[in-house]
Formats: sequence, structure tokens, C-alpha cells
Amino acid sequence: MSNFFEDNDDLVFHFKHVDLDKIIEFREDNFAKSNKYGYAPKDLDDAKDSYEKILNITGKIAGDVIEPNAVEVDELGVKYQNGKVIYAPGTKTGLDAMRQADLMGFTIPRKYGGLNCPMTLYCMAIEMTSRADAAFMNIFGLQSDIADTIYKYADEKLKDKYLPMLCDGNVTSSMALTEPDAGSDLQAVMVKAYQDESGQWFLNGVKRFITNGNGEISLVLARSEEGSEDGRGLSMFLYERDDKMKIRRIEKKLGIHGSPTCEMQFNDAPAFLIGKRRVGLIKYVMSLMNEARIGIGAQALGIAEAAYREAKKYSEERKQFKQSIKNFIAVSELLGNMKVKIEAGRSLLYETAVIVDMKNGIEEHIKKYPEDKKKYRAELKKYTALANMLTPMVKAYNSEMANEVANDGIQIHGGTGYMKEFKAERHFRDARITNIYEGTTQLQVVAAIGGIMKGVFENLIDGYEENNDFNSLEVFHKKAKKMVTSVNEAINFIKENNDKDFQSYHARRLVEMSTDTIIAYLFLKDAKYSKRKKEVLKYFLEYALPEVKMKSEIILNKTSSFLENKITILEDNN
Amino acid sequence: MSYNIIVLAKQVPDTKNITGDAMKPDGTVNRIALPTIFNPEDLNALEEALKIKDEYGAKITVLTMGPPSAAEVLRQSLFRGADDVILLSDRKFAAADTLATSYVLSLAIKKIGKFDLIIGGRQAIDGDTAQVGPQTAEKLKVNQATCVNDIVELTNDSITVNRNTDHGSETIKTKLPILLTITAEANTPRPPSVKKTLTYKNALSLIEKNDYDEEYLKSNKKPFVIKNWDHKDINAKTERCGLTGSPTQVKKIENIVLETGNFKNIENSASGIKNLISELMSEHIIG
Repeated sequence: MSNFFEDNDDLVFHFKHVDLDKIIEFREDNFAKSNKYGYAPKDLDDAKDSYEKILNITGKIAGDVIEPNAVEVDELGVKYQNGKVIYAPGTKTGLDAMRQADLMGFTIPRKYGGLNCPMTLYCMAIEMTSRADAAFMNIFGLQSDIADTIYKYADEKLKDKYLPMLCDGNVTSSMALTEPDAGSDLQAVMVKAYQDESGQWFLNGVKRFITNGNGEISLVLARSEEGSEDGRGLSMFLYERDDKMKIRRIEKKLGIHGSPTCEMQFNDAPAFLIGKRRVGLIKYVMSLMNEARIGIGAQALGIAEAAYREAKKYSEERKQFKQSIKNFIAVSELLGNMKVKIEAGRSLLYETAVIVDMKNGIEEHIKKYPEDKKKYRAELKKYTALANMLTPMVKAYNSEMANEVANDGIQIHGGTGYMKEFKAERHFRDARITNIYEGTTQLQVVAAIGGIMKGVFENLIDGYEENNDFNSLEVFHKKAKKMVTSVNEAINFIKENNDKDFQSYHARRLVEMSTDTIIAYLFLKDAKYSKRKKEVLKYFLEYALPEVKMKSEIILNKTSSFLENKITILEDNN
Repeated sequence: MSYNIIVLAKQVPDTKNITGDAMKPDGTVNRIALPTIFNPEDLNALEEALKIKDEYGAKITVLTMGPPSAAEVLRQSLFRGADDVILLSDRKFAAADTLATSYVLSLAIKKIGKFDLIIGGRQAIDGDTAQVGPQTAEKLKVNQATCVNDIVELTNDSITVNRNTDHGSETIKTKLPILLTITAEANTPRPPSVKKTLTYKNALSLIEKNDYDEEYLKSNKKPFVIKNWDHKDINAKTERCGLTGSPTQVKKIENIVLETGNFKNIENSASGIKNLISELMSEHIIG
């Protein structure tokens, strides 16, 4: 019997210290509906108590129901028979439990049968379910992102019909964006959407690599404007599964075996337009994608947590040279690195989630009370900019981190880690997709660099300085400030250079430096509550500061020989 | 049709999570040191009731006898979908054996009145007697089927169940109303529902004094008060309740540690088995 919430001290630490008050007030509209729904909170404390109960129930399902089936789900994988996709039995058991526990409409308002939880809580649920089984999260986690997109952009009629279905959990869903020739470049989407005389929309064409494309409800990005070639000709559609869409095949994959990856063929399939035409990609997909990206950040964190725990357990049990291998510094240092990286990723994830919740909260509030638009304009602008920078940052950091942690997890297991008998190799395979889907790390860098160059990073750090007293942590605070100086020097140098290629070349370095610096400040904040976190901060800074300085030096040295000689370097002609 | 179902539940010490001070020096169970849980097979009983509710519709009333803290199993029942819960708590009920327990339960069931099914777990993990269900049925003079692992069919007036027997299993059909005792293999109990948990998280019995105060009643959300019945509420004769109503006498409790002794490998052949039989006969174990 295990509870993936209660047994995770660091997760509980974040739940206890994350500031949810303002978010709850927005989300609950000052508790106006507390008497309408029996399960709605009556005040702040009641809401927080309810959140803790939700996390406990989710943690227990993750630990007791989902995790015990994960090995078998990975072995059996998803089956494809006569055009039908069949989940592994363990996946179905997990979905049933989540449905029975009312967890499928996590963030959706109560009006539609959801739990009305903030993103922060949802990320905690994703972290726990992914620790249990990364593949399971893809079906569970998608559902809320899709429902949220419908909630934000679809008309009332569609909302009333489809949101309760999604919240009940009797159906599953997918977002169908990718096509054979439109992966990272979604502007190239070719699936066609057309209308008949009555105004009914139909879809034609092929979508590829669609997670859970077999689901009953799909959000489909399609070209509604004939003759258009770019993103402005694309609209978003809601498609409810019928016989006009065939699953042509499912992919055989390296990892996440329990999650079906489908090729969908639409043959004049009827669909409903979501929101307005022409903004399917530039508005709705970007919004959907941003929420999904935080979700992947949480998924990666969960995989890393699982990998770390397995490695730690093994290092304690495995005896060599008459002692546990954990006693060897070479092994314990690996564990220490894994643990600190995981905690860094967790701090970054929940910081991002809180900011996204603030942004969403203000947006919802303004929708209900347009007279407050002016009052919240500056705040909304601030949180939107922060969310746009931090979301790709956390997706990039956590997914790369999960790969490193899972890799070290196998290393600690030695030869056994390479074998199927242990879970380490599964975590390694499952982690590998996280820095690819919902946009590769390279694309996250493109998304994050703008904010860094335009002063968003600086504003965030200024905010930490203004709102916190780090006097008791002076030595560490000084180091963090040195990191900021290094990042700013690099930003200014790139600006002065005014060379697009040079900026692109160093973008990843700069994003990594900025991310590490933000993490240093988040650890500073955490260290105010815990002695142990102070030690974590100390250890983190010992490496992060020199690394940021080194990267800054690379940029300040105007390192660019690769740019100048890339053709020579890439060709075979010695 | 919709059924009236009464589920019998018990709060028990969690014997799977036994700590060092689980037993007192005199060999009795140190209940304070043990965490308490919903008796596992009673949770299977509740799940069976909830399955009937899902399929046909039902009103589920969960009944438990125990100290005020036993209200927790009633809250857990509400979190999963029970419609009503009743706590039978009275100092007069304390230290009851199965006879006194079934007496109290049967009177409470009579007070509830109408029922089609009474469902309980096969046995509780603290006593392992499996007697309370059958004795309650006897007192109520209703049909009973014990050790049920599957409800095969349910109609307006009859039920078909599969039940474990000493030598296998049997499928029987009988008339409603009936009392069933359910085994762990019957189902996997569902997790608590978040919505119901949040709705009933503040449900309290009036006798849980530590948590219950005026502020709770005044809170702007309607509090759910768990009904508590004492011996007067069910017209019970005090001499038949609790310790005085319990003829069972515990003479001695021993703490037994099971250890493996020597063992022999018997070859799976005619001569191997022949040798074993003659050895058992010569030691007068058989024959």
C-alpha cells in the first residue's frame, strides 16, 4: 500500500509552501458558488483542505492501482486489431479508478462536472501518476488539456455537450495536430476542413503520431481556408468518433508502450468548428500546447522521481566489496545529483504552474467582470509574459533532466539496469519522449529566448529580490546575484552583437543559464522554510555558479567558429 | 427496481501494519497502538452494494457498531457512495462477542425496517470468527448465503450467488430478502470519490466530541450529522449487550510466532509416496 503524495516529502513541502491564496480566490470567484455544489469549498482553508484530500486520493490510486500494473502495461503494450485500439488491461483498470474517483475533469468548472482545480494541483496529480506509469499520464493528462481548450474557446452548446462527457471519464480524447509533413512546423498542416451548404464542417486527410487518437473526442487542426498556405488558414475542430475516421495503424515505440500513438484517416468526417476560423493554430493550439507543455514538465518530473527511487533502493540493497554500493562516493554523488536536479525541476514546475494559474485566474475574472479589465491589465501582462517564458523553460529543463536522471539510474544499477527485469530501463525509455513531444527542447529554446532577451527574466529576478528577504542566506544570495550578473552580461553582449545567427547559436546556452539562475532563487526561497533545503541550495550553487560563468564566458568570447566553418566541419573531406 | 441494502461494516486494527507494541505484555491486543482501518472484506461488501446501486439503483445504509471513532468507516462509506450511515455506539455495547454484536445489529436493522439485502464481509481481520453475519440472519429470520464470491443474478425477488465451500464452490438461487457475507475475491473496492469526499469530509457524529463543536454547526455549509443510536434507540436489553451479554470467555491469548521446522523432500514417485505413507503410519499420524 503506497500513497505517492504522502510518501513524497518534497512534493508535500511544495504543496504546503506554494502560495495558492490569490489563485483560489480567483478560481472560486470569492466562494460565490460554495452553496451550489456540495463539494465546493466555503473559504480558503476549506479549499486547501479539499486540495490535500484530492492529492491524497490521487496519490493512493497512483501508488496502489496504477504503479503495480505499470510493468505489465509496458510489456503488453497497446494492441491494434481490425482497426480497433485495445489498451492493456492495467491501463483500463487505472482509468476506471480515476473515473470512479472523479479525477478526469481536474481543472474544469463544477458546472460541467469538473473539480475546478488550479493548474498547480493538476501538475501535482500528473507528477504522481507519471511516477506510477508515464504512459498512463498521456491518457489522463491529455483529457484536462483538451477539456480546458474546449472550455476556453468553444461555444456554449459544444461545452454543454462535451465537457460533462470528458469530466465523467466515460470517454477519452486526443489532440490531432501532427501530420506526416507537419511536425515541428504546424503551419504546414494539410488536413482539409470544408463546409456543406448547411454549414456543417467535414474533415479529410491524415494525422500521424496522435497520442490516443482512438479516443472518442479529438481536437483536430485543419485547413479551413482553401488556397491558404500558412498558419492563418488553419482552424480547430472538435470531432466525435464515428465510422468516418479510421485508425490506420499504431506505432511501435521505444517507450510509453501503454499509450497508443495512432495514424488517423479522416474521410469526410463531420466536425464542429471551435471558436473562430483562422486562429486555430495561432491562438488555440498555442494555448493548448502551453498547457500540455507544463504537463510534460510534470510527467518528466514524475519519471525522474521513479527512476531516482529505484536507483536509491538498489544502491542500498546491492552489496559489493562487502558493503552497500551506496557507501561509495562515486555512487552516492550520482544519487545526490539526481535528487538535487529533481528538486530543482520541482521548484521550477510549481513556480511556473502558480504563474500560469495567476494568468488564467485574471483572464477568467476579467471575462466575468469586464469592468475590472483596467485594474488587472498590468498584472495580466506581467503574468502572461512570465508564463510564456517559464513554460518552455520548465518543459526543456525537466525533460532533459529526466533523461539524465533515468540514465544515471541505469548506471547505478550497473548491468542489471540494462536488463528488462528492473524498472530502470523502462524509465529510461519512457523519459526519452519527453524532450521530443509537445515541441522538442530545441523548439522550447526558441519559445523561451524571446522573453529572456526582452527583459522578462530580469523582471522575474527583480520580483524575487523585492518580495523576499534573503538576509539570513547572505552567502548564497551573493552567489545567486553573481549568476544574474553573468546572465545579464551575456544577454547584453548578444544584444550588442545584433546578429541573429549568433543569438540562435547561443540561445540554448542562454536559456540554460537563465533557468539555473531562476532555480537558484527558487532554492533561496525554499531554504527559508527548511534547513535541509539550505544544504541543497549550497550544493546546487557550488556547481551552478561556475557553470553559468563558464557559459557566459563562451558567449562573451564571441565563440562562433562553428557558425563560420559548419560546412567544413560537417563534411567528410580530410 | 431499486433495492434497499444494509451494509454491515466494522472498524478493525490494521493487523497488516503491526508495530512493536501491538501486543500488551499480558498478550492482549493493544488497540491504541494499532492504526484502524475499514475491515477489508466489509469494503468488499460495500463495493458489492455499490455495484448493485450502479446497475439497478439502490439505497445503501451502512451500519457499524463501535466506539465513537468508528464513525470514520461511515465517512469512508459516504465517500464511496453510501446514502445513509448509522453509528451504533454506547458504552453498554462495549466488549461484545459475536452473540451480543449480532443482537444489537439485528435490533438496529429492525429499526431501519425495510431491506432487500443485508451485506457484510465474510469475517473481520481482528477476530476471524465469521459468525456475526450468520447470527444476525438467524435473529432476523432471513435467508443467508455466506462466503459469496459472486452475485450471478439479481431479480425483483430472487438472487443467484456463487459461494465458496470447504471443497470448492456452489451456485445457489434463493429468495429475497437475504443476508450475504462477501469474500475478498468478489471484487476490487473502488477508490473514494473526490466529489463525495469533499461533500462529506466534515460529516461528524454527535458523540465525536473532540471534533464536534458549536462552530461546526454554525458553519455556513450544512453539516452532515452521522446518526448515533444507543441501546435505548433500538430497544435493546442491556443484559444482552456488551460484556454482560457475551458468553464468550477469553481464557488466554498467546502470541504465536510461526517458524519453519525441518523438512523433507519426498520424491514424486510411487516408492517415494509409499515410504512417506509407511513413515506417517509408523508415527501414528495416520492409520
